Amino acid sequence: MREQSNINQQKIIERLEVLSRHIRRKLIKVVGRIGSGHLGGSLSAADVVTALYFHYLRIDPDNPQWEDRDRFVLSKGHATPLYYAVLAERGYFPDSWLDTYDCCNSRLQGHPDMRKTPGVDMTTGSLGQGFSSALGIAMGRRFLKKEFRTFVMIGDGEFQEGQTWEAVMYAGSRRVTNFICIMDHNGLQLASTIEDGLPFFPVRQKWEAFGWHVVEIDGHDMKSILEGMDAACSYTDGPVAVISRTKKGKGVSFMEQSVPWHSQAPSRAEVLQALKELGADEGECEEWLS
Amino acid sequence: MAELAALRDSFGAALVEAGRRYSRLVVFDADVCTSTKTSLFRDAFPQRFFQMGIAEANMVCAAAGMSTLEGIIPWVSTFAVFAAKRALDQVSISVAYPRNNVKINGSYAGIPTGKAGATHQSVQDLAIMRSMPNMTVIAPGDAVEVREAVFAATEFEGPVYLRTTRHPTPIIFPKEGAGFRIGKGVRMRAGGDITIIGTGIMTARALEAAACLKDSGIDARVLHIPTLKPIDAGLIEEAAAETGRIITVENHSVIGGLGGAVCELLSGRAPVPVHRMGFPDCFGESGDNEEIFLKMGLSVKNIAAAAKNMLGGTDSVYHNG
Repeated sequence: MREQSNINQQKIIERLEVLSRHIRRKLIKVVGRIGSGHLGGSLSAADVVTALYFHYLRIDPDNPQWEDRDRFVLSKGHATPLYYAVLAERGYFPDSWLDTYDCCNSRLQGHPDMRKTPGVDMTTGSLGQGFSSALGIAMGRRFLKKEFRTFVMIGDGEFQEGQTWEAVMYAGSRRVTNFICIMDHNGLQLASTIEDGLPFFPVRQKWEAFGWHVVEIDGHDMKSILEGMDAACSYTDGPVAVISRTKKGKGVSFMEQSVPWHSQAPSRAEVLQALKELGADEGECEEWLS
Repeated sequence: MAELAALRDSFGAALVEAGRRYSRLVVFDADVCTSTKTSLFRDAFPQRFFQMGIAEANMVCAAAGMSTLEGIIPWVSTFAVFAAKRALDQVSISVAYPRNNVKINGSYAGIPTGKAGATHQSVQDLAIMRSMPNMTVIAPGDAVEVREAVFAATEFEGPVYLRTTRHPTPIIFPKEGAGFRIGKGVRMRAGGDITIIGTGIMTARALEAAACLKDSGIDARVLHIPTLKPIDAGLIEEAAAETGRIITVENHSVIGGLGGAVCELLSGRAPVPVHRMGFPDCFGESGDNEEIFLKMGLSVKNIAAAAKNMLGGTDSVYHNG
């Protein structure tokens, strides 16, 4: 039995790993084509968000407003290249929409817009706000006595927003359940490292001091992600913080842990190199070039 | 002497009444419920009342998030200074931009806020909220109208900002009802010489000023504009065309509120001279309510004098500095 379960788990891991590489290539192609978008934080969060959408979230892309669906709020709203690549891959809208990203009249805005994009549960983009909105959704779930879960992803730089602490304090003290906050802890922010920006270390102790149950994962190791998220989902006594240790720009050598790649647009040559590093064959590269 | 009642008391009672009708009406507070009177709702429906602590930003977004769940209608309540300024980005991005169905009570608006002074006297909230796309902005005139506005806002689909005040002010509508409808102004008094337009609690003063002017042989029309946005353009344009002169009176800065709205409207469609009365681009200060009203040039005498001045006369009260 145990052996069979291990084999199944290994299959899930392999499937998700293939998917997350595919998602990375997909989002880089979009940003490369349009010439704008936040790559660094999209690549750092890619594995966890892929795992969420293809393994954890109870959702129905054919019915995005299903009332009992799990909610996901991308509080680090600038990671839309990742978000849209995942939503398209999951079937919320056709891939052709990705070509309109960031363009005038597009349904895919630079930051998530719940009124324009199917699958987006909350409009975000001003850091700190998505976390509080997700808290409100989780509070509402409790009020309505529903079973769904609310996941929110924040960036680590978002810990610097005062509003974040208001939400952390409330959720911890009121023991808001079915509420999981994933912190994409890549250590960089727009203009500098977190250390040079405004450090908030030690992170784990801060969450715990505010009454949160903490799970730490390697956000680029699918086995670690699954174990951590399983543990987070089975905790029922209060809110859970999943500290996901990641690298900004993960998967592309010249983008990894580089501050400028927060929002820098890649050249054609850089896109091709990135795609190759992420396992694209000649055909896929040529298709993108055409 | 008109009967007095505080808008906040009527607001608090109306919220309880609306709560009985709408089982998914919930209320968020940031530690001011006994002042804004949402404490009445807390006592009536403890399960539907969320005490968020002194944390307005989190409160506004949490309400926005909760409003996305089937049928939940959150009322967020705090002082107007905090709703419009401290939580401005939250109201803008999480409520107004996505048109989330959140209702905001901005209490303790303008002068009648006791002796708290400039930090608590909201004189910019109408300008801020009015400039926000998708926001409906309401400043009821008395305790009767605020009750109806609470129901109208609750039943309206979309973001609403409702302005309430602390101290008792005159009741200007009959007890049976004010006939409030979002976007509708009210002609409170007929008159053809000049039009005085009031919003919020200042319409009561406009009516008193009109009564004084009658003694001087001046027929002043009085309009009450409880909805600043969308504004009743027809009623105001008609008054401009028929009386040729307009005075606006508000418990708010002369920039961006009622005066601003009326000028924006008339400059394009029916330009006539408009005299705006309100806080003359300044912050408030501590003091007795009536002293502050006088200092800001917002007494009944000030309004009457302004009307006479506009009609060609001069009056020393108007120039009291």
